[in-house]
Amino acid sequence: MARIDLVDLAHSYSGNDAALESFALKPISMTWRQGGAYALLGPSGCGKTTLLNLISGIVTPSRGKILFDRVDITPLSTQKRNIAQVFQFPVIYDTMTVGQNLAFPLKNRGVPKVEIDARVAEIAGLLDLAPFLTRKAQRLTADAKQKISLGRGLVRADVAAVLFDEPLTVIDPELKWQLRSKLKALHRDLDLTMIYVTHDQTEALTFADTVVVMHDGRVVQSGTPAELFDRPAHTFVGYFIGSPGMNIVPAEVRGREARIDGHTIALNRSYDRLPREAKIEIGVRPEFVDVAAPAAGLLTADIERIDDLGRVRFARVRIGDAKFAARVPPGFSVPGNAAGLVFDPSHVHVYVDSLLVEGTA
Amino acid sequence: MDKTINQRAWFLVLPVFLVVAFSAILPLMTVVNYSMQDTFGNNQFFWNGVGWFRELLDPSTDLGERFLASLWRNLFFSAVILAIEVPLGIVVALSMPRQGWSVAACLVILALPLLIPWNVVGTIWQIFGRPDIGLLGYVLNHLGFNYNYVSNDFDAWATVIVMDVWHWTSLVALLCYAGLKSIPDAYYQAAQIDGASRWAVFTAIQLPKMNRVLLIAVLLRFMDSFMIYTEPFVVTGGGPGNSTTFVSIELVKIALGQFDLGKAAALSLVYNLIIIIVCWVFYTVMTNAGAERRTNKGVA
Repeated sequence: MARIDLVDLAHSYSGNDAALESFALKPISMTWRQGGAYALLGPSGCGKTTLLNLISGIVTPSRGKILFDRVDITPLSTQKRNIAQVFQFPVIYDTMTVGQNLAFPLKNRGVPKVEIDARVAEIAGLLDLAPFLTRKAQRLTADAKQKISLGRGLVRADVAAVLFDEPLTVIDPELKWQLRSKLKALHRDLDLTMIYVTHDQTEALTFADTVVVMHDGRVVQSGTPAELFDRPAHTFVGYFIGSPGMNIVPAEVRGREARIDGHTIALNRSYDRLPREAKIEIGVRPEFVDVAAPAAGLLTADIERIDDLGRVRFARVRIGDAKFAARVPPGFSVPGNAAGLVFDPSHVHVYVDSLLVEGTA
Repeated sequence: MDKTINQRAWFLVLPVFLVVAFSAILPLMTVVNYSMQDTFGNNQFFWNGVGWFRELLDPSTDLGERFLASLWRNLFFSAVILAIEVPLGIVVALSMPRQGWSVAACLVILALPLLIPWNVVGTIWQIFGRPDIGLLGYVLNHLGFNYNYVSNDFDAWATVIVMDVWHWTSLVALLCYAGLKSIPDAYYQAAQIDGASRWAVFTAIQLPKMNRVLLIAVLLRFMDSFMIYTEPFVVTGGGPGNSTTFVSIELVKIALGQFDLGKAAALSLVYNLIIIIVCWVFYTVMTNAGAERRTNKGVA
């Protein structure tokens, strides 16, 4: 139970002298509040596992400090930090029973047997492992083994945080949903701070209150799933989150207008004095662009194909050289190869050098 | 689908059959033949039935007494060897470096004793232990220990055992090291997170993950030490008295020293049978362990 602060934390696997650009984790400062459910989301190699291992102490940071409840714990070993971590692949102690596996972290810390038994029974109950407590862990299936790993992470009531490193990779899709809802329920019941690393946006968005998106060793945005969806702070967040991702196209922005390929799109806010040399783009989620019959005043695009996702259809279109995705309204039948696009001005964002800029009202 | 019948394939088996017949089956049958007979030289043989075998297993006869004494001696030797080499090999493997140039250096040093021919090992230790010119014997005697492997049973045993430990602990260590290397880092990280002590890491992770290579190590070392001949023969010649006469040394004494072909043949068949049984146990345990691993994978 603790608040975790990262202060200018950075790490390079090739030592502190390496160029900052090559760091696996570029300097970050942020706070994780007690009891929060966080997801660290990003593609492979973005530094999310490094960040997790820094917090748990498996990796010692090249720079910066980690504070638990304002106490600097950076030099402490993993054993001395009060933290639990669950790994990508199940780690079980072969010779032990399921119950002994769950009790192991408590036993190592000299918890009285009565307390151990009570806690193991509780966690086993929550994870549906109760019937297997006396079975040898070695003979179980991969997902049962991963449940044991999860259980070992959750069994200590007093941990500062429980870290999950893509824990559901080896689990079947159907069971994934169950386990994820279970984790969410456990989070509510146990009042633990949980940090969940994943590259799967569905997993991150369903598990966490706060999603921290990482890209190339940096935290590019941290916010609620709704914030990430409505106002991506970085073009990377825009296209990494959402399916299909955000449309991002180069544009000329002047005042309340953006021009793409000779057409003008209205903006909700005014953007003056944008830097000249910078790369200016507009971003809009496909959900906020509707396909309509071509008409005067609408931006026209060539339809390449229609993706029917069941509940919703998206048209893949082309404006000049730029590819674009747009929603096909229910009941609308596409007249031909050309279509007009209707933008929702309140959801068109402007990015300067990949970063979101706020206009003036 | 119909199989084409082609008896010519037998011709391909024929060379192997001939080689095996002349190298294994015929000599073995000759031994079986000898074991049923007694000879007084001049190629005169007399039928003795299972007489030698009966004597062999009866401690009240000279042959039985010698065989059983050397058998127990040999089993005791193997037990001592295993009790020293296996734990020592594990300790050596655990203290080896995991990465860097020192890994290669350690592997080479460990492999050296394994590359030395057995009779050379014997000769090295035979000279090393001599009280007059050997470094070990000379130093021990000057330190006040009355060490002499030629006249003292205990010293002879100690020398043979230390020699075997020197020669073969590397094998156990290398096998264990291979086992340790195959443990994923996540296990150690999880153990750190779980607050496991060094000892708990050893008993909960390293030892269980090494059990298969340890099984191989134990069985290899058992078989080798049970069949040991060259090194003790070179160092002690089976002495003093009969104190380091192991089964194979006894066998050679009977066969080539006394030229008792019948007795020696019977002894070698029983010896062979014991080794085959151990081989069978070895094979069964190994394949079962493999099958278990496969079913585990199947479930996963």
